[in-house]
Amino acid sequence: MPAPVVPMLNYFAYLFDGGHWSLAGEGIPDRLLQHIAYTLVTLAISAVIALPVGLFIGHTNRGAFLAINIGNAGRSLPTFGLLSLMVVLVGIGTLPVIVALVVLAVPPILASTYAGLRSVDRSAVDAAIGMGMRPMQVLFRAEVPMALPLIVSGLRSALLQVCATATVAAYVGLGGLGRLLIDGLSTNDYPQVFAGAVLVAVLAVLLDLLSAAVERAVVSPGVRERSVRRTRWRRARPDPTNEDAPTSPVGISG
Amino acid sequence: MITYIQGNQARILSDLGQHVWLSLLPVLVGVVLALPAGYLTVRYRWLYQPVVNLGGILYSVPSLALFVVIPAIIPVGTLSPLNIVVALSVYSFALLARTVADALISVQGETTWAAAAMGFRPLRQLFGVELPMALPVMMAGLRVATVSNISLVSVGAIIGVGGLGDLFTRGLQLSYLAPIIVGIVLSVLLAAVCDSGIVLVQRWLTPWTRAGAR
Repeated sequence: MPAPVVPMLNYFAYLFDGGHWSLAGEGIPDRLLQHIAYTLVTLAISAVIALPVGLFIGHTNRGAFLAINIGNAGRSLPTFGLLSLMVVLVGIGTLPVIVALVVLAVPPILASTYAGLRSVDRSAVDAAIGMGMRPMQVLFRAEVPMALPLIVSGLRSALLQVCATATVAAYVGLGGLGRLLIDGLSTNDYPQVFAGAVLVAVLAVLLDLLSAAVERAVVSPGVRERSVRRTRWRRARPDPTNEDAPTSPVGISG
Repeated sequence: MITYIQGNQARILSDLGQHVWLSLLPVLVGVVLALPAGYLTVRYRWLYQPVVNLGGILYSVPSLALFVVIPAIIPVGTLSPLNIVVALSVYSFALLARTVADALISVQGETTWAAAAMGFRPLRQLFGVELPMALPVMMAGLRVATVSNISLVSVGAIIGVGGLGDLFTRGLQLSYLAPIIVGIVLSVLLAAVCDSGIVLVQRWLTPWTRAGAR
């Protein structure tokens, strides 16, 4: 009986080939940087759009219906479909991809910003008003710090989703780590596909760890401790009068 | 648009059919695996953190990456529908195991003590008290898993098996909007129908949540 070939060795051939790591041209570092750039640019644009709207809705409780429904609808939009739509409408380029990714990232940020502000203890807000804070001070010195855990969790899930979906962008001719997957698939170069998959997964996990560290740094320790207990409690007994509230701002990454 | 739908009815319907089972079968697998896993993390608390962490990592792996890596780990073809089902089952499990664990942990307390004091044995307490009380939270997780799966299946079209995603790749190749719009609309509709279905089942299973709401 012939000795079985160990296939795992072949899988790593592309990933561990020094030639693919060269800084010049379209090597792995180039793809990695493109991927990170798409992800961060998208996240920044989405945050600029979603955070103010979410803060307004959460602070005034006006248009809550809108926030909840955009959140739910966003989760059910097929990202690949959206990307295809944008590419056919606008043509191939960075713009349609960024637009599609922004549409993907806005709902979780919006929904969790809203949910975060609504979860803030009313008596703390009343205390802030009673202390003579102006509306903007109430928002930024009382509500936002206490809502930060949820706001940041929305940003983190958006980050993960965008990082994952940016892979799909390669299908419509863009760069990023998806190129390794798509090019590898089309040329049956399995080690290349495998390298792309491993790199994307590692990048996603690293970005998530990094954002966890950022969360630890920006969220006040007192709020962190309390919010852990409070979110458990809130999840445990969802308000029956508010069934449509987003129970989890997290969607599955695309 | 209308002419496209009329001319391609058979194809659209078969894509939709494939989409339905490609997205719902993994949810079923996820539930079947997550219930015992979640229960174990409640019985043996030290398991909770590893399960949550593992779920978080599985969750952050992009679907396209999962679609191409799974055939390297278990013997399914890259282009086999089974591959998509396994990948989405992994996501569903990662999401639901945590939800089940959180839901079961959240109902521990006075009610379970009362049940124990009334002489409920562990198994009867689980099925008669804990699971029904944990149902609303678990159903919320089920809704997220179902809706996300439905929107994710279409990514599979990149490797050739993707239900309605087939319409997206077609539209891209032909630079033709009609199939893309049909695909998006059907996918969103399917998600809405399944979501409402779960809500209805939940209402039917948990009549007491409405009794208390006045």
